[in-house]
Amino acid sequence: MKQLWLTARLDIVESLRARWFQIYTLVFGGIVALLFLFGLTESRVLGFIGLSRLLVTYIQLTMAILPIFVLITTVRSVAGDREAGVFEYLLSLPVSLSAWFWGKIVGRYLVVFAPVFLAMLGAVGWATFKDIEVPWSMFGYYTALLAVMAMCFLGIGMLISAIARSTDIAQGAAFMVWLFLLLFLDLILLGVMIQGKVAPEIAVTLALANPLQVFRTAALALFDPQLIVLGPSAYVILDLFGVTGYKIFALAYPAALGLISATIGYLLFRRGDLP
Amino acid sequence: MIRFQNVVKNFRRARVLDGISLDIELGERVALIGSNGAGKTTLIRCLLGEYTHDGTVTIDGLDPRGKRTAVLGTIGFVPQLPPPLKMPVGQLIDFSAALCGTEPERIHGIAGRLGLEVEGIRSRQFVRLSGGMKQKLLIAIALGRDARVLVMDEPAANLDPEARKIFFDLLAERQNDATMLISSHRLDEVSALVNRVVEMDMGKIVLDDKVADDVALSDTLACRIVIKRFEPAFAKAVAAWKFAASDGELVWDGRIAGPDRLRFLGMISRYSALVSDISLTENAG
Repeated sequence: MKQLWLTARLDIVESLRARWFQIYTLVFGGIVALLFLFGLTESRVLGFIGLSRLLVTYIQLTMAILPIFVLITTVRSVAGDREAGVFEYLLSLPVSLSAWFWGKIVGRYLVVFAPVFLAMLGAVGWATFKDIEVPWSMFGYYTALLAVMAMCFLGIGMLISAIARSTDIAQGAAFMVWLFLLLFLDLILLGVMIQGKVAPEIAVTLALANPLQVFRTAALALFDPQLIVLGPSAYVILDLFGVTGYKIFALAYPAALGLISATIGYLLFRRGDLP
Repeated sequence: MIRFQNVVKNFRRARVLDGISLDIELGERVALIGSNGAGKTTLIRCLLGEYTHDGTVTIDGLDPRGKRTAVLGTIGFVPQLPPPLKMPVGQLIDFSAALCGTEPERIHGIAGRLGLEVEGIRSRQFVRLSGGMKQKLLIAIALGRDARVLVMDEPAANLDPEARKIFFDLLAERQNDATMLISSHRLDEVSALVNRVVEMDMGKIVLDDKVADDVALSDTLACRIVIKRFEPAFAKAVAAWKFAASDGELVWDGRIAGPDRLRFLGMISRYSALVSDISLTENAG
């Protein structure tokens, strides 16, 4: 356990000094600052006003940015470290492979999640200061959603890093994974369904298997509990899970996907050449 | 103590290690030499448990891959190229010391002897240090613990003559209780440090020879060089070896480390037309 925390701390310190982290923090801090600047707390959409309106917009933007950011930065730094000889040296020290791999994941997870969460926390702090009502249940669920989103894509990123032997291949693969998930977002699935090329059951199953879509639907469910904007697929989803059931599924499934991906990544990492 | 038995390593279709069998006993100082691509680094990585391979590698009967923490706790490693770590120097030392079960102060002490004051650079990123400073720090981390096996890849390449002399002294202090494996492209770089030479080529051992062990690691040689005329380039070169001039900068006196004599003579050979007299006296003064 000591080795795991030492490795996690090391990864945090390395990340805090990396340029990607500074850009990453700036992006999410900047989004919240811009949303305040454009007066989103004073606008009204679908009956949402105040901080809830800002949070809805924030999570939509985060869903677009966070997955690709986490995927690319994870594979870049892990595969890049291996190529540059960092693994050769640090893995010559007496640290177990499990402590090393999972320590890296823990450290990176904290680094990836902290700016996103702190930006939301900053928004809440500012709202409290400005005497704007804070929707705590929404804030709590969005926080959990972002936490599992980070976990999911970090796990996938670590799996790609364990498979790919070079930074270029790892980056290409990460981008392809993200593109693949984008392709199966609801609008594209809907288009294919309309053309009659895919059975509705398959389209809904694909939507439920796609973590990006799961997050989108869960975020929508908070301000549109009947999922009217999703069209007919909402019936299937709500019949299968119900609103609460779906909200739980939206947390459990991506978290499991991230953990399973990371575990497979660990098994491959342990089995192959380390540097 | 260290045993390689029929070790084979392939990268895709290329065979990089081709049935290596080698035993190295406690106290042996082995030079692992060979040209680029001979398989030296791959062999070292197998020894460190970083590569999978066919055949077996054991240190004191333990597999470095299966018993990583137990085996690597006894190995001090200095890589040829320092890793581009962004972490501060202090963090790297604390991390290594915590994993290796040693005190950071011990590493500071070794670094200090090599001429690197850690306190002044604790918060500086490792990657921003000069090549020589990085090398000194990595040596200090490898030697600042009770390692029974020292694996070093071109360890003295970036050190100045003064630091090299201290490095040889540090190795001399460990020669009775540690096995050393020193990798290099060139034998003259490491010949005086070792008592056995293993040469590799195309993934095979092509030479395994004991060598005369007459040069003690802590020996020094008094040296006097007389030149025919003053030459700024020569003056600069010998000043780097801490030589002092007299007689109108035509006579130069200094002291060099015994294991460094070949390297020193290699440097002097560049000015052979300029040298009218040279003497090297072992253990003088």
